[in-house]
Amino acid sequence: MSDSRGDRRWPVILCFVAALMLAIAPMPDWAVPFRPDWVTLTLIYWVMILPHTYSVGSAWLIGLILDVAQGTLLGQHALALSLVAYVTVKFHLQLRVFPVSQMTATVFALLALYQFILFWINGVAGINAAAVTYWGPVISGAIIWPVLAMFYGSVRYRVRG
Amino acid sequence: MVAGKPDSHRHSSKIPALGLRFLLLAGLSVVLLIVDHRENHLDALRKTIGATVYPLRVLVDAPVSAWRWIGEATSSRSDLRLENSRLNTERLLTQARLQRYAALEAENIRLRAMLDATSGMTSQVRVAEIMSVSANPFRHVVVVDKGTRDNVFDGQAMVDANGVVGQIIEAELLSAQGLLISDPDHALPVEVNRNGLRTIAVGTGQFDRLDLPFLPNNADVEEGDLLVTSGLGGAFPPGYPVATVDSVTRVPQESFSVVTARPAAKLDQVREIMLVWTNEAESQSPQETTAQGSADE
Repeated sequence: MSDSRGDRRWPVILCFVAALMLAIAPMPDWAVPFRPDWVTLTLIYWVMILPHTYSVGSAWLIGLILDVAQGTLLGQHALALSLVAYVTVKFHLQLRVFPVSQMTATVFALLALYQFILFWINGVAGINAAAVTYWGPVISGAIIWPVLAMFYGSVRYRVRG
Repeated sequence: MVAGKPDSHRHSSKIPALGLRFLLLAGLSVVLLIVDHRENHLDALRKTIGATVYPLRVLVDAPVSAWRWIGEATSSRSDLRLENSRLNTERLLTQARLQRYAALEAENIRLRAMLDATSGMTSQVRVAEIMSVSANPFRHVVVVDKGTRDNVFDGQAMVDANGVVGQIIEAELLSAQGLLISDPDHALPVEVNRNGLRTIAVGTGQFDRLDLPFLPNNADVEEGDLLVTSGLGGAFPPGYPVATVDSVTRVPQESFSVVTARPAAKLDQVREIMLVWTNEAESQSPQETTAQGSADE
């Protein structure tokens, strides 16, 4: 079970590091509301492909790092990401055989779920923002998903072959 | 290409105790959220994780720094000469202004001595560079490249050449997070420079606007009034310019007028900020800051 684990761990970790960097990289003001949830997208992909290695635990740790990096309440992204990971693991076999269009729709729903958790926690904590602004990352994330999935697919085959 | 073949050597698709693990982690998140929201006991944890985020920030900042370095290294001689002469004139102007300031300061000390008041505070500043700005559009948080190693402390004031920028909310070892005055969570005790009227300036989430929500309809405030820090919150040294009032709307049936102000500092353009150490500020507890919970003075 663990013979090829070592080889494939590093590229995936690098994907997550790159996603975290993109999540904190400076962007022009007009583009900030449309910054895709890079970390969430990366997590959905790798949880779907390797659910035994990456599932709710990794999602929670990455979420905690994201909380510190973005200065949000500790546990907010952790909770949202582990929920996304949980749903993804539950449906990973179906997700793998979906055609691109259906998969993009599922990712859209997962991103919306993720933003909803963030929105909910913000609301409970009394941090107000227009509800509309939460849709930006969901839309841009769904648009970028097919390209990103293709890229990660090439990473995956390179690692194997 | 997205729907790849399933892992060939993993026969079982079942993850053991997945639901249980998720419930445990979700519970842990909720506990963390509550503890973090109610009180600030998680600083140590935040700092530990922050240490792992620091290299990421440096990596993200590297292309920008490299680009600036290249720009500086390749700027032509004539450009440099132009800039040099411009800076020279600027220095002369500043010096002239400083001379007047020195005279005023001397006069101030003399008058204070006559009044037998406490002497004005001496303040020290240090330039820090902004490494990154918050990725979260609802929070105006910046990260600067000085940390507790340089004696940066929580609640420390950040200013730029034009006015107050914000305050440090979390000092890590090598970097610190600062909350801008335009963050919706930030409230700052100010006074109108013209007549000393005290009020609170609250951030709005827009870089070019602050609200003054606690001014009654009969308050003596006009467009163009300069607001300066009053120093009453304990976090900021008094007398730094904060904003200029740019609109006053009095609604007869409401008890407060709608007053907005434009920050003096260019909050969305600053790259270097100054951290201020005052002799008084360091001895006071940083808990007295106005960052948490808007306007509870």
